[in-house]
Amino acid sequence: MNTNIYQSINKPAIDSIVPCSLRWQGKVYALVGLTGLLLAVIIFATTLGSVHISFHTCFEVLASKLPFLHIAPSWPETFNIIILDIRLPRILLAGLVGAALAVAGATYQGLFRNPLADPYLLGIASGAGLGATVGFLIPFPLQWMNFGAIPIFAFAGGLGAVAVVYSVARVGKTLPATTLILAGVALGAFLSSITSYLMTICGEELHGIVFWLMGGLSLTKWAEVWTVLPCVMVGVIIIWLHARPLNVMQLDEEQAQQLGINVERVKLILLGAATLITSVAVCFTGLIGFVGILVPHAVRLIWGPDHRFLLPLSTLVGGIFLILADTLAHTLLPPTEIPVGVITAFCGAPFFLYLLRRKKGLAFF
Amino acid sequence: MVELKDVSLGYDHRAILSNINLKAVPGEMLGLIGPNGSGKSTLIKGITRLISIFSGHIFVDGRDIKNIKREELARLIAVVPQNPVLPEAFTAFEVVLMGRTPHLGFLRYEGERDMTIAWQAMRATETQFFAERRVGELSGGERQGVVIARALTQQPKVLLLDEPTAQLDINHQVEILDLVKNLCLEQNLTVIAALHDLNLAAQYCDWLVMLDGGQIYTKGIPQEVLTVQNIKEVYGAEVCVYPHPVNKLPATLIMAGEGKRKRTYIQR
Repeated sequence: MNTNIYQSINKPAIDSIVPCSLRWQGKVYALVGLTGLLLAVIIFATTLGSVHISFHTCFEVLASKLPFLHIAPSWPETFNIIILDIRLPRILLAGLVGAALAVAGATYQGLFRNPLADPYLLGIASGAGLGATVGFLIPFPLQWMNFGAIPIFAFAGGLGAVAVVYSVARVGKTLPATTLILAGVALGAFLSSITSYLMTICGEELHGIVFWLMGGLSLTKWAEVWTVLPCVMVGVIIIWLHARPLNVMQLDEEQAQQLGINVERVKLILLGAATLITSVAVCFTGLIGFVGILVPHAVRLIWGPDHRFLLPLSTLVGGIFLILADTLAHTLLPPTEIPVGVITAFCGAPFFLYLLRRKKGLAFF
Repeated sequence: MVELKDVSLGYDHRAILSNINLKAVPGEMLGLIGPNGSGKSTLIKGITRLISIFSGHIFVDGRDIKNIKREELARLIAVVPQNPVLPEAFTAFEVVLMGRTPHLGFLRYEGERDMTIAWQAMRATETQFFAERRVGELSGGERQGVVIARALTQQPKVLLLDEPTAQLDINHQVEILDLVKNLCLEQNLTVIAALHDLNLAAQYCDWLVMLDGGQIYTKGIPQEVLTVQNIKEVYGAEVCVYPHPVNKLPATLIMAGEGKRKRTYIQR
């Protein structure tokens, strides 16, 4: 009788070995492999640009900056400036922003159990867009810690929009997902209309605004990397730590509560962390679309929906993807720089369609 | 053990259940019966603190649930909901393993022991054959088995079931309830089940509580509760009740045309 087997639950029986294929060693290899790939992509990206520098030299220049390694410089001094002060900050910022957008997208999708959710869902994009437009239009210069008016206004606009959406959508002590999404869409439309109006009356500033809205990483300095890095790291670690509760919340909220999850608290923490990293990323680089919605889905299609792997893998893939996209953006048509958002959508969407096609008919979310 | 003392509960400020007194003891199955909207599901949600209690007290293992943390409550009570939403892309085993959530701290991941417990719960419910299939590909009965396995993985003292057999064929109904009954006896679980089917309720439950309009109409052993008179009063249905030919428990028989006759009577 099968119930006898159940009786022995408290003292594990020998005959109850879990099949090996149910474990997850395979995904650990993916994590290690992608970390290696990320490093390789960073070095590869430093070789590309208007000045040709060989892979070997790039590796040596980067390695010479590591502690305990003494490599005698066999390259011109200008290479140091090109690689370390021009190319590297831009690559690192691209990696950070890509990682942040991808992990925020995975979080929003998991939190709302909605495959269409993306990092800009709660009005961040439209708030930041409006903020940046205002930043372009104000006549007097504003400075704070080397940063101009645009990032500050974009950051404030993004967070402000989320705060409004959040307070509108709140019902008593709870935060229903549908009201939150609807409020985000409604406020987004409202703010976008203001942005469009400002753009029609702004005149010669139009080009800058449009370029910001399409997203770009040109002229990145170390100061920006050092501002984004800690925020993104804190946010990403908070999100990673909540992977298991996020898995349980893929059941409905009642079941999650009945399994002991404090749903409202987890929701609040994850929303806060994802919103923080998105707005920090957005305020320096503008709106880079498609990374947040596409990377998590691609990872889900390949490695499955378990957030304990989905979140770290999305982080790595997002970083790699945006570094490659940004490298393409500034090397494809030199000296013209293509907005990176154009590249992410152009390369990402067909790949996504291919993945969808390959796994057609199979539930993946 | 679950004990409700003068409990009233509901949504916002509207009470759905009032003055509920009942007691469920380990090793016995208590069945909640009553027409649609009589408050069976609400009562089950109330016991897991999903709904605010207006007055009265709910005791689990002698402790007031108001003073038990959600995580600890999930170690005491496991619920099999009526139409559970399951993430389609997760495998059956992954869903069952979620039952370990209340036993793991915030940062701990499932270890060997948790895997073993989940696997044994799957064997007990005979769901191990599709452990690696995605939940989205499973049939209604298989999904129900997975949810029960998840509940067992919680290693609870109390098992609450909300219409566990509502969408199953007759063979699966018997299979699932046989399983629950056996677990109840051998694990000494306290089982409270909301049941639609009066015959299943009579066959499996040691005690029945008949709810009507948010209050307890009557309670007792099946022979006392399932009478022609009670069913007519609460459900408004004309039925015949006979002792089951094998085990003498009350069997409720319906008759075609009775509902129609009643409706024409009301129209006049």
